[in-house]
Amino acid sequence: MADQANFAEQAMPFMGPLYAAAMRMTRNPADAEDLLQETYLRAYRGFGGFQEGTNIKAWLYRILTNTFINIYRAKQRRPDETDLDEVEDLYLYRRLGGLEAASLGRSAEEELMDFFTDAEVKEAVEALPEQFRLAVILADVEGFAYKEIAEILDIPIGTVMSRLHRGRKALQKRLYGFAVSRGLADAANDPNSTAAVAPGGAADG
Amino acid sequence: MPDCTETLQELYEYLDGELTDDKRQHIEQHLNDCSPCYEAFDFEAELRMVIRRRCAETVPDGLRQRIARALDLPD
Repeated sequence: MADQANFAEQAMPFMGPLYAAAMRMTRNPADAEDLLQETYLRAYRGFGGFQEGTNIKAWLYRILTNTFINIYRAKQRRPDETDLDEVEDLYLYRRLGGLEAASLGRSAEEELMDFFTDAEVKEAVEALPEQFRLAVILADVEGFAYKEIAEILDIPIGTVMSRLHRGRKALQKRLYGFAVSRGLADAANDPNSTAAVAPGGAADG
Repeated sequence: MPDCTETLQELYEYLDGELTDDKRQHIEQHLNDCSPCYEAFDFEAELRMVIRRRCAETVPDGLRQRIARALDLPD
């Protein structure tokens, strides 16, 4: 059983990443601030039930996620059940992979940092439907393992994997849209554009 | 050793650190010998880092203080 006196020392270092996750969940600073404060209050009150020595980061994210779902699903009245279009694997690599390799002496990461601004990446994450967004935030932004995400979201590991798989592809598709709109990528080279040769069996009438 | 299709199917589980040591080694052997697969993996790994860095936020000072004050209240 955890001692309340240790709460600040153990929980406060996670405020930065929790706030970033709250921003992506709520999509605006005012709601993110309220969500974070409510999360810390609930965590503080429930700290007696936290098992000292277990993963406090995952425990805090579980409270954050549950608080988000309780408050904002109630506000929304209806959970976001939008589905995602099918997107091919390696969507972005097939379109931007050649471009980032083009200039010598720079790492792929430097090139990709130039392709997308903070605002674009944040917008692409925030545009994902809720169930996909939560999985992508927890894995790609926060670095949780599948098992931890399954516990935080209270869903099976297989569901975590399929939400991640589809959420990541949708994220890539949206990022590609930003690259095209800023003239960094040429839509005419898109393997799926009308100018390209249509792959067999793609049309379903 | 896995072929390209099998390797690419494991891409996310590899990058997520979710493969067993055995499977991980097989993938790495393939990546050592196959530059197209290596490039795809590298691109996805770099993209992951960019997403993580671009999504960072600074906690507003006012919020930090608000939370600290709220927690200091005696029960």
